[in-house]
Amino acid sequence: MEKLVTTIKPPSGLSLGLKELWQYRELFYFFTWRDIKVKYKQTYLGILWALLQPLGMMLIFTFLFSKTWKIDTGAITYPIFVLSGLICWNLFNSSVSHAGDSMIQNANIIKKIYFPRLIIPCSAILVALFDFVIAFIIFIILCIFLKQPLYLTGIFYFPMGILLSMIAAVGLGFFLAALNVKYRDFRYALPFLLQVLFFASQIIYPLQSVQSSLFKYLLAINPMNAAIELFRASLSTASPDMKIVVIGTGSSLFLLIIGLFYFRKTEAYFADIA
Amino acid sequence: MKPAIEIRNLGKQYKLTAIAPYVALRDVITHTVKNIFTEKKRADKSFWALQDINVDIEPGERIGIIGRNGAGKSTLLKIISRVTPPTTGNAIIRGRVGSLLEVGTGFHPELTGRENIYLNGSILGLKKTEINKQLDAIIDFSGVEQFIDTPLKHYSSGMQLRLAFSVAAHLEPEILLIDEVLAVGDMEFQKKCLGKMEEVSKSQGRTILFVSHNMDSIRKFCSSIILLANGKIINKGNPDKIISEYVSAHLQTKAEKDWEDGIIAYNNQVRLTKAYLHNENYSILSRFYTTEKIGVTLEYEVLKDEAVFTHGINLFNQENVNIFNSHDVTSLLKDQKRKKGSYKATGWIPGNLLPEGIFMISVALFATHPIDILIHEHEVLSFEIFTDFSKPSARGNYTDKFPGLVRPLIHWDAALID
Repeated sequence: MEKLVTTIKPPSGLSLGLKELWQYRELFYFFTWRDIKVKYKQTYLGILWALLQPLGMMLIFTFLFSKTWKIDTGAITYPIFVLSGLICWNLFNSSVSHAGDSMIQNANIIKKIYFPRLIIPCSAILVALFDFVIAFIIFIILCIFLKQPLYLTGIFYFPMGILLSMIAAVGLGFFLAALNVKYRDFRYALPFLLQVLFFASQIIYPLQSVQSSLFKYLLAINPMNAAIELFRASLSTASPDMKIVVIGTGSSLFLLIIGLFYFRKTEAYFADIA
Repeated sequence: MKPAIEIRNLGKQYKLTAIAPYVALRDVITHTVKNIFTEKKRADKSFWALQDINVDIEPGERIGIIGRNGAGKSTLLKIISRVTPPTTGNAIIRGRVGSLLEVGTGFHPELTGRENIYLNGSILGLKKTEINKQLDAIIDFSGVEQFIDTPLKHYSSGMQLRLAFSVAAHLEPEILLIDEVLAVGDMEFQKKCLGKMEEVSKSQGRTILFVSHNMDSIRKFCSSIILLANGKIINKGNPDKIISEYVSAHLQTKAEKDWEDGIIAYNNQVRLTKAYLHNENYSILSRFYTTEKIGVTLEYEVLKDEAVFTHGINLFNQENVNIFNSHDVTSLLKDQKRKKGSYKATGWIPGNLLPEGIFMISVALFATHPIDILIHEHEVLSFEIFTDFSKPSARGNYTDKFPGLVRPLIHWDAALID
């Protein structure tokens, strides 16, 4: 039998270590499985919670902004408009917050056992994706129920919107996960940051309703605007604003590179400082 | 055949900072600002936990690693298991490494016993197919089959431990690292585990690195020994020879410790200069009778007015069990603001408390509200206790082996009642 030969050296250089991540795919699976299982094990309604929260928010926002303030959302009815934004946002929001906390949550394992550290924030993000899939199914059912037309372009636009949310979440999540190990301050700053990002995303209002085009494209730096823009393109015949999409894609790729780079740079010492 | 582990010039340096290992951004900012305005940079102390480690370990060897606390034993295992990277040098590992730095790593209270076997097994490096294959054996070995589908939070700690050991005992890596884990759990189950590991290591040529303070299990289990001191390999070879060398060197008693320049607290409040052991007549000694009072005296200088702190000791036996800790809750200086000057504190360990054997004392100066350790010096003093048959002791006239961590003289009342 061929023996596995490992060389242990002081950390140097940077590699993504994708091959190693693949070797540890089973552990990856078990961490994700554990997190999903534990998350819903003690709750009475279990998986329903993945639905109740966005549906509740949808009702509140619909009441506030469609009935009271009458925000114009074009061809898409307001409940579907806000729900489409909310489920994308929830994917991003819970990915980032769980990934950000994940290294500290698993500090006792990190200090004892070696495995590619990226597995931990990645599996935290997969848990959020799992919730998203359930919410997405309900979203589609609701669209049919509320007679919201779905266009064939959705085959392209839905996955693109989800992918863009994921890329941004992975980048920011990795960055915060690594930062949290060293500076616990970010645990407290994160909810505030996410709250700001929520209002800077076109969830409860369409970005097109922003009057100043400078301000509009500044807001587009927030990658969730591009993600939601793409996602909603499946719901109407209007094509997405490509400027928003390009700016958002650029900034989410930037986040991904920074996040990955910082995580890989600092991960060797997690066990010493966690 | 090539060695299973080849280690060359391996070293690990840790930076010692006065602040906690994880930091608040606030501290980083204030330190940076301070460093800009003060010319003198805060000298970061660093120390080498391991240095110049060179060793080859052949496949199938069972290596015991011994040494005092802080000698670098656990750091060495952590580097080989890749939990932490070395600062210098390298190591080549041939074979899959399974580490048992603590049993039950990753156990989750909400999951059932069975689910935890899968989770823990995969964390320890088992493949799912391997766990499937071994599942019955693991459950059987643990002896908790009845509760295997109950969440772990309903297990007693003993049951959790048995399940954890059981997963560990069924690991099948080519190289297995074990750190002290066998020191816990009930004796019978420990023996069962050691037996199981010995069996597989002999029949399958598995390489085992075993860190322990328990010389008995090391002697029984290991084919060779590495002795570490201050991060360096002092000796390697035959277990009996090295263990007896280590025990005799380690167990030298030391009645007095005189720090030439003193040990200064990180906040510059106080300097510890001296620690010594003495009897009731204040003669400095390191050998006492079981019945005798033992005095521990610390001498230190308070360098700043208004400092509030206290002094204390930790006492360990030769198996490194922490028998007791004590700090000053009785003297008049307790919780008082000190004036600058030299101080002397004496604590008395009562007679008829400790059994025969060698004991070690660590000394500390620390603030209590909140806890802030100013100085903590490990194993600075050690002494030996002998039986005194001339005075009444808990032993009475019994001369054979008399186990127990402490040996208080208990007052018994007995009378004929009928």
